[in-house]
Amino acid sequence: MANNTKGRRDFMGMALGGFTALGGIGALYAMKRSWDPLPSVKAAGFTTIDLAPAQDNVLITEKWRGKPIFILKQSKKMMSKVSDETKKRLIEINGAHYMVAVGLCTHLGCIPGYDPTDESFLCACHGGMYDATAEVTKAPPPRGLDIPPFKIEGTKLVLGETGPEYEQMLADGTTMPV
Amino acid sequence: MAHFEKANSIGEWLDQRLAVNTLKRVMQTEYWIPKDINFLWAMGMVLAATFGILLVSGIFLLMYYQPNIDTAFDSVNYTIMSEVGYGWLWRHIHGVGASIVFLIIYIHMFTGIYYGSYKKGRELIWLSGMGLFVAFSAEAFSGYMLPWGQMSYWAGMVITNLFSGGSLHADGLVEWIRGDYVPGQAFLSRFFMLHVLLIPLAIIGLIVLHFGTLRIPHVNNQEGEEFDYKEAAELYKAGKVKESKVIPFSPVFLSKDIFVMGVYFILFFYLVFYHFGFAMDPVNFDPADGLKTPAHIYPEWYFLWSYEILRPFPTDPGLIAFAFAQVIFFMLPFLDRSPNVAPASRRGAFKFWFWAMLIDMIVLTFMGKLPPEGIWSTIGLVAALAFFVLWIALPIITKTEKKL
Repeated sequence: MANNTKGRRDFMGMALGGFTALGGIGALYAMKRSWDPLPSVKAAGFTTIDLAPAQDNVLITEKWRGKPIFILKQSKKMMSKVSDETKKRLIEINGAHYMVAVGLCTHLGCIPGYDPTDESFLCACHGGMYDATAEVTKAPPPRGLDIPPFKIEGTKLVLGETGPEYEQMLADGTTMPV
Repeated sequence: MAHFEKANSIGEWLDQRLAVNTLKRVMQTEYWIPKDINFLWAMGMVLAATFGILLVSGIFLLMYYQPNIDTAFDSVNYTIMSEVGYGWLWRHIHGVGASIVFLIIYIHMFTGIYYGSYKKGRELIWLSGMGLFVAFSAEAFSGYMLPWGQMSYWAGMVITNLFSGGSLHADGLVEWIRGDYVPGQAFLSRFFMLHVLLIPLAIIGLIVLHFGTLRIPHVNNQEGEEFDYKEAAELYKAGKVKESKVIPFSPVFLSKDIFVMGVYFILFFYLVFYHFGFAMDPVNFDPADGLKTPAHIYPEWYFLWSYEILRPFPTDPGLIAFAFAQVIFFMLPFLDRSPNVAPASRRGAFKFWFWAMLIDMIVLTFMGKLPPEGIWSTIGLVAALAFFVLWIALPIITKTEKKL
């Protein structure tokens, strides 16, 4: 085979390979994007909750992005047991303190149950426990229940929006982004 | 145009165009199988037949199943179970088949481990077989999502959460896999696609590869004996069937296989007709509810051993232990440092390793089902640790094994 033919074949092989690789990368990107959550799913990610009707030590369960949201108004007695560190987990509105958290165990996502007499949460899946501020008290969960992004509007919370109080919680490591 | 003679029969006509006689010779009449084997060697064909039955029953279920979060539950529990003529039959075959296929896979695997059928040219058989195990696991999991009951939903939630990687906190990846913040319509549709198309395609491809990897090294035998296949084949072809160490795959070996399959299918259909309940978790007869976790979430029995390896540890070490358990069996041909291909009973310390591993996995399976409390928790932890100790010990005890 003449040298110039070989050079031409090499060139065609490399050109074909190059374009095939480009097309392959493009196809992979399209496939990845097709698996992404749809815009409509993302847009439905805001929920407004009114905290005014909440009663002391009565667990309210709401729904945000398909996940259960726990709301627990802390009584005076409960507040006396809360340390300054765990107090950062609570949302204060008009002097009242609320625990607001995603009700999914941070271990593997089961829903813990609340015992009002014991003032604690127990996850039946693997035995993890949390106190009334949703801070973890018994492993295997690696951390307290996550706090959803929120914005305070009067006595209402908009979940999914980020307000300054939530940004503060993220900044000092009280919770993680969910 | 190639030259073709006029064919005198349909067989000849096909042979001219497809070389069917050569194919038949290579894959059947002159595919030599050792004589010195037992009924455990039939498990491969038993598995192939069970896969066939799962495929057929699945096709009929597919005609009425609706992959929609509002209608999926009723399409299975009402339409298929009470309206479709014999719909219950397909469902019970599919459910029992999915469970039993894992029992046979485990028997097939441990037969291979016992007789050393993963070494000296047979590594690819083991690796492709492990590929099949992973593909069947994914197929079982994705199928479990489809009735959209409580166990479907919560197993889907817990298993996809594993991909957050514990402290890596890769929630974006989890949401990407689900196509939503929680298992929802996008999740159900994509697992439906995986269950009925992509994973079955992969399984079929892997089965072809698995059979292919077996052809050249040939099936192992009860003594791990190495012999001259050419010589044995010549003896057989010369009519000295008794003196030869081999039989042809078809029709001789296959007729034995079909006998074992016959016995197996009597048991299989006994379960389908009279004892299908073990394959139908009662919790999954409640429709999926994202705001209510079942009291105990546990996987089907065939995943319990690896679940129990995850459970006794804190999140991160638990995930690492779980990942280890999922891939370590792939490494078996390379961690077994002994050159001996022989039944475990003749391999010294490996004999104890084999039985310890088998018993450990059975203990893990039982502990995975029991609630993680008190003594069960402790036994589970010990069994999980034993699993790791055994794998670490394997290269050492096989390295010092006496050559047979």
